[in-house]
Amino acid sequence: MDFELTEEQVLLGATVRDLLARAYDQESRLKTLETESGWSREVWSQLAELGVLGLSFDEEDGGAGAGPVETMVVLEELGRRQAPEPLLDAVLLPGGLVRAVGTAEQRQRILPEVAGGARLLAFAHDEPGSRWPDTEVAVTAVADGSGFRLSGVKNPVAHGDCADELVVSAVLPTGGTGLFLVAATAEGVRRTPYRTYDERRGAQIDFESAPAELLGGPEAGDASGAIAAAIVAAQASLNAEAVGAMTEALRLTSEYLKTRKQFGVTLSKFQALTHRAADMYVSLELARSMSYYATAALADGVTDPMIASRAKLQVDRSGRHIGQEAVQMHGGIGITTEYPVSHYVARLTAIGRTFGSDLEHLRLLADRVAGYGLAEL
Amino acid sequence: MKLALSPEEVAFRDDLNRFYRTEIPQEIRDKVQYGLDLTRDDVVTSHKILNDAGLAVPRWPVEWGGKNWTPMQLHLWEDELQLASVPDPLTFNANMIGPVIAQFGSPELKQRFLPATAALDIWWCQGFSEPDAGSDLASLRTTAVRDGDSYIVNGQKIWTTMAQWADWIFCLVRTDPNAPKRQAGISLVLFDVKTPGVTIRPIKLIDGRHEVNEVFFENVRVPADQLVGEENQGWTYAKFLLGNERTGITAVGRTKVRLAVAKEYAAQAKSGKSTLLDDPRFAARLAGIENELLALELTLLRVVANSSEGRPNPASSVLKMRGSELQQAATELLLDIAGPDALPVGGAETASPDWAQRTGPSYLNFRKTTIYGGSSEVQRTIIASTILGL
Ligand SMILES: Cc1cc2nc3c(=O)[nH]c(=O)nc-3n(C[C@H](O)[C@H](O)[C@H](O)COP(=O)(O)OP(=O)(O)OC[C@H]3O[C@@H](n4cnc5c(N)ncnc54)[C@H](O)[C@@H]3O)c2cc1C
Repeated sequence: MDFELTEEQVLLGATVRDLLARAYDQESRLKTLETESGWSREVWSQLAELGVLGLSFDEEDGGAGAGPVETMVVLEELGRRQAPEPLLDAVLLPGGLVRAVGTAEQRQRILPEVAGGARLLAFAHDEPGSRWPDTEVAVTAVADGSGFRLSGVKNPVAHGDCADELVVSAVLPTGGTGLFLVAATAEGVRRTPYRTYDERRGAQIDFESAPAELLGGPEAGDASGAIAAAIVAAQASLNAEAVGAMTEALRLTSEYLKTRKQFGVTLSKFQALTHRAADMYVSLELARSMSYYATAALADGVTDPMIASRAKLQVDRSGRHIGQEAVQMHGGIGITTEYPVSHYVARLTAIGRTFGSDLEHLRLLADRVAGYGLAEL
Repeated sequence: MKLALSPEEVAFRDDLNRFYRTEIPQEIRDKVQYGLDLTRDDVVTSHKILNDAGLAVPRWPVEWGGKNWTPMQLHLWEDELQLASVPDPLTFNANMIGPVIAQFGSPELKQRFLPATAALDIWWCQGFSEPDAGSDLASLRTTAVRDGDSYIVNGQKIWTTMAQWADWIFCLVRTDPNAPKRQAGISLVLFDVKTPGVTIRPIKLIDGRHEVNEVFFENVRVPADQLVGEENQGWTYAKFLLGNERTGITAVGRTKVRLAVAKEYAAQAKSGKSTLLDDPRFAARLAGIENELLALELTLLRVVANSSEGRPNPASSVLKMRGSELQQAATELLLDIAGPDALPVGGAETASPDWAQRTGPSYLNFRKTTIYGGSSEVQRTIIASTILGL
């Protein structure tokens, strides 16, 4: 066993951290959040240049062929800075599906452009009223010549507002769930963009007989397994982002306790507060361990929803604890938009409810608890 | 021991219930029940209806519109109001400055302000906190210097709730910088927020909305007859006022309504083959919150049933602390029921229901309840020192 990062991985983290630190101070980040897309094309090209966008794609698809550990390292940095660029939503998750299911032609047509930052994808899977694990899809695909036509509604679609191309799950005419490529500007595609409570963007997407191309070509069968695996990987990415956000929320809080004065002394003189900061640290380390666990399993080639739920349950609970305590110990300033801690809290709140919440992960784990004696790694 | 209300109390309660539900516009009560924003007009309308019926300020002295009610009657008045989702009479008027003027103000001040305050013809805001004086309120620095028959006020307040809607501000100021104790040099003054030299700047909160403000004072000339009580006695009045604020934040009735609404939504939320409400794990969580709420309500009732006039009950810290935490638990529950539908905010025209879209901002906003009105840490300190003698 080894939980240390390699020198290259450490360097990758440091490079991304530097880039984001240069790109965003508090003010420029707030300005960027106010723009229509809520993130910066300029930072996006810088990430592309650095090879971050293509990190997880194969070399022949224009990527670097890196693995889950590198992805984790990068997402932790995005989380730490709360950089709003949609790496997971526009690249890793939908791009990962193209990589896993797409034909060689499709991969080479799409992925290099994604890695280069020129094309944005989005994964359109959730449907109104559905909750994780959302395996029941209602959007339908009918054959139309060599292609297909999709009808139905997807919502919420994370960063669906800015995507050039959508990866959409839909019921195949032969049964089972297929994945389809749909141009966002195609006829029969209607997008309703919105902001989310964690200051990201999303969209509802209505398909009305929209032209679609089956991912994986005419021979492709049911893609449910690929979707489930992609979500397990996405959960690991969110864990990493959350760990980065928690690290910074705790750092901000410790810093604040050391500088804010009330009753003639800094808040750090009140043990009632410092012990709670210590508890936040405990939560952070538990979350980090579970994030490593989920990533290491993926790196070993294991895609296990049970491991994913174990990790995300802890990360979500730690995120809730750290987020709530960070606001509370900041007092009033903690819930203003101008001060960064509120952004970490909002994001941790949303992550805790994306791809399964506390309740849903517990349900999955509890349903299986009678099936084994020892809880083992 | 006896749990049941007397027949008179039951009749009293039922009258109030009928009044609230028939006289306060349904539209306003719906907004409260489902957590929509109230306009300034909504608050004024509802407050005025209550006041016209003698129901806005029952805790005040009878002379100024109060009722000589028993603590249990006062409790029923408030509880039924919350259960019927009637907006609270504006707390700055009804619970904060009104009682202070009635108790400590000169006859002229009472005559000038109490009727208008009860009727909400003046909308008050509270200018206590400052950037460096939060929990440690006594360290406030805004000064008021006597100049003839005026005070000249300079300084800054922060977190002033609804200052943008307010007509007047009640403000703690330092009148004696050389007092031996910090608490001893503070006074309470009243002035129009449109007085020259007052600037109000909005603060945007985590939910994107405008609820609190910074308020700056630059040589604001305040007539000396707008001082409440005696100069340098402001700390006594502030403590009296804050004690009233704290009990008001318990909001047991409001949390009950929120939980009932949560059940309504959970019964519609699909979860696997059934609904969220049928999910034993979800139901267990809801039942747990409900039970803690009942424990708090009973604690409140013990205070109410045994309270002796005037003596501040140290259990009010229990009520503030747990009451605010349970408000947070209920808003978090709603967020979790909304699931992915909570993500869009103001995304009209999408399949995510409006109620679900409000749950994220509302949960984030409600983090405030354990901070304002004496934070949970401050309440614990009060319990530890005044009750446990630690
Ligand atoms: C939404 C909102 C509305 C408000 N409305 C008004 C208003 O209308 N008028 C007004 O005057 N004020 C208002 N307030 C201000 C409110 O009363 C203060 O925020 C509160 O007193 C806390 O002060 P602070 O924010 O400066 O936090 P701080 O006092 O700096 O506290 C930071 C943290 O340290 C803790 N802490 C502080 N001292 C101690 C100690 N001795 N021991 C242990 N822990 C400690 C606090 O509990 C908190 O967790 C409002 C605040 C909010 C958030």
